[in-house]
Amino acid sequence: MNDLPKQKETTLSFEKIKKDILHPMQNHKGLELWIVFLITVISVCGWAYYIQLKDGLGVTGMRDYVSWGLYIANFVFFVAVSLVGMLISSILGLLRIDWITPISRIAEIIAVAFVAVAGLVIVLDMGRPDRVLNVMIHGRFQSPILWDVTVITTYLTVSALLLILPMIPDLAICKKELTKASPIMKKLYNILSLGYINTPAQHKHLHRMIRTLMVLIVPIGLAIHTVTSWLFAATLRNGWDTTIFGPYFVAGAFVAGSAALIIAMYFFRVNYKLQDYITELQFDKMGKLLVAVCLVYLYFNLNEFLVPGYKMKTGDDIHLKELFYGNWAIMFWASQLLGNIIPIILLVNNKFRKPLPIMIISLFVLAGAWFKRYVIVIPTMLHPHLPIQNVPENFVHYYPSAIEISVTVLSFALVLLIITVLSKIFPVVPIVETAESKGIEVKIDA
Amino acid sequence: MKEETSNHSRRKFLKSFGISVGAAGVVSSFSLIGAAKAAAKKPAEMVNLLTQDGQLVQVDKNQLRPTVTEPLDELQKRGREGIPGKSFVMVIDLSKCRNARKCMDACQNHHQLRQDQHHINVLQMQDAEHTAPYFMPKPCQHCDNPPCTKVCPVDATFKRQDGIVLIDNERCIGCRFCIAACPYSARIFQWTEPKDAEKYKDLTYNIEANVPQKKGTVSKCLFSADRLREDKLPSCVSACPNGVYYFGDQNEDAVTNGTTGETVRFSKLIEDNAGYTLMEELGTKPRVYYLPPKNRAFEFNGDLLNEENLH
Repeated sequence: MNDLPKQKETTLSFEKIKKDILHPMQNHKGLELWIVFLITVISVCGWAYYIQLKDGLGVTGMRDYVSWGLYIANFVFFVAVSLVGMLISSILGLLRIDWITPISRIAEIIAVAFVAVAGLVIVLDMGRPDRVLNVMIHGRFQSPILWDVTVITTYLTVSALLLILPMIPDLAICKKELTKASPIMKKLYNILSLGYINTPAQHKHLHRMIRTLMVLIVPIGLAIHTVTSWLFAATLRNGWDTTIFGPYFVAGAFVAGSAALIIAMYFFRVNYKLQDYITELQFDKMGKLLVAVCLVYLYFNLNEFLVPGYKMKTGDDIHLKELFYGNWAIMFWASQLLGNIIPIILLVNNKFRKPLPIMIISLFVLAGAWFKRYVIVIPTMLHPHLPIQNVPENFVHYYPSAIEISVTVLSFALVLLIITVLSKIFPVVPIVETAESKGIEVKIDA
Repeated sequence: MKEETSNHSRRKFLKSFGISVGAAGVVSSFSLIGAAKAAAKKPAEMVNLLTQDGQLVQVDKNQLRPTVTEPLDELQKRGREGIPGKSFVMVIDLSKCRNARKCMDACQNHHQLRQDQHHINVLQMQDAEHTAPYFMPKPCQHCDNPPCTKVCPVDATFKRQDGIVLIDNERCIGCRFCIAACPYSARIFQWTEPKDAEKYKDLTYNIEANVPQKKGTVSKCLFSADRLREDKLPSCVSACPNGVYYFGDQNEDAVTNGTTGETVRFSKLIEDNAGYTLMEELGTKPRVYYLPPKNRAFEFNGDLLNEENLH
């Protein structure tokens, strides 16, 4: 993209970078209001969860046949989005792709927020959350749930490290520059910056650690979403009983994660006035990346639906007919077309890879990804091998209840709150790395 | 194995229910009077009980509460171990089932389930468009390669040495992975407070009957493991009026018909009648065998459900 304007870079100095990136953290007016709004939403929806806790999961739309519903679909979606951390800062980082520098921290923030809340969503779905420690006390390692618990906690830990470690030089700057910060925050910056003053030895050690983590998180990231897919693929149900679920889910996760990152990039660029850092170049490149991962996902979808659709085996036939032209057709085709195929067609065009159009397209991709998880989880539960009989009418259909929707809104509000708070206390664009990548001399005082 | 009707079993029955007569004279006679009063107000199902001193008394069925004499630890321990030397099997003769649903009632009674909760469910089946429909009672298949126990993260559901797959409600975390994993839809979940939760709340948990049921946990057919320990047939087997069920021990190669009390050789029964297991292509190795619905003793009189439900 040589045609993009680059002349502005020459006017950047280290002081200006520091000021541009640190300024919105302390002087953003809407931010407090937004945090109050999110906390209100969480409180109201927390009350819905309290009702669920008191009266049991019967307050949801789930029943004996659709025993996994909205919560599990949402869990899969959250795990999927969190995979963007591994894609951007590790895979592309290890390949030494330089345009990711200003957006890698946003990617890690998204990863940490989504994977942390994904773990919580599973607890929200449990019939007996009071017994959650049984997983430790009586844990059976033969169960994919144990694998999931293991990889999710590991991924959360490594992602948090990959957020904090590359930020150490920036935190040393925060410690010096953010004079208006509260004493608690100053203490936090002081502790987390670990006395970093950018000596060559410190620089070397830090970067060695970061690269080790980058390598480490690749298998963990692959594992987290592969294992999540095995929660379904390990069963004998129509629609889940398939061997490509692992890579199919990983490919889908890259789509959802890239879309989420583009949306977040747009909001930080506009709200934090970071146009000089999160430039059109980043949107253009992310657009190309999104096309690439969408194409891979499309390929997996072809395999996943065309092959069984060709054979129409007993069991699969009813499931697939319901998806292709039955009760689930609108959701199925909307997620395929609006969430994948049309975005590919649009984004190969470079005028759609400008910040605003690509952000709008990404909203469709992300919504499509969410509904895709819903279509993966629920229809299969409605199509068991044996007929559903002698049960009330509401066992044969599934509509999420108001309580269930509220608890799901709670999980989203929590994700947004974590992202907001992290972006308020930490610089969303790496200060030192940005300066280094532009060849500007970096000075950190002790 | 034969249904016991001797005086001995009746005494056992007395002992195992909450109305003990004799020694605790005052208290028990008071409770009996209370029961009689309740019955006078609202005619309910009455049960005849023989007291130890030979009197026949009538008691409202609702006043009876099962009592468990063993402590929880002991029940849990023996419940997980199972009955040594046994290998329980069930045979369901589809040619005999006429949808009486006595099995479902007896099961729901025994396991404190609501009308819409099924450990055993009588399904109306039609394998292909032009084949004859039939009724198929479907309990848990107690698979020898159970997909449900494999996925349990806390060993709450498990298979024991006598072949029975049980669920421990003291441990279940309610993740419902086992429900997703079971291809036979044999498991249910207590979405709300179970039936009569208030009435049974002080009762010691008996893993072999999975009672009292608990909110937020999974429940399933257990082959009435508590009754097997007393040498009785499972509730559904005993309740069937049409001779559908055979139950017994594969090691003895003998199964007993719950209606006629006739005991036959298991291997010969399934060999002579082309016995099969449900969805054997899944490799679950069920312990429930079906005899095909040929020469049905009756016309299919059920409402055949519309086609979209039959998959």
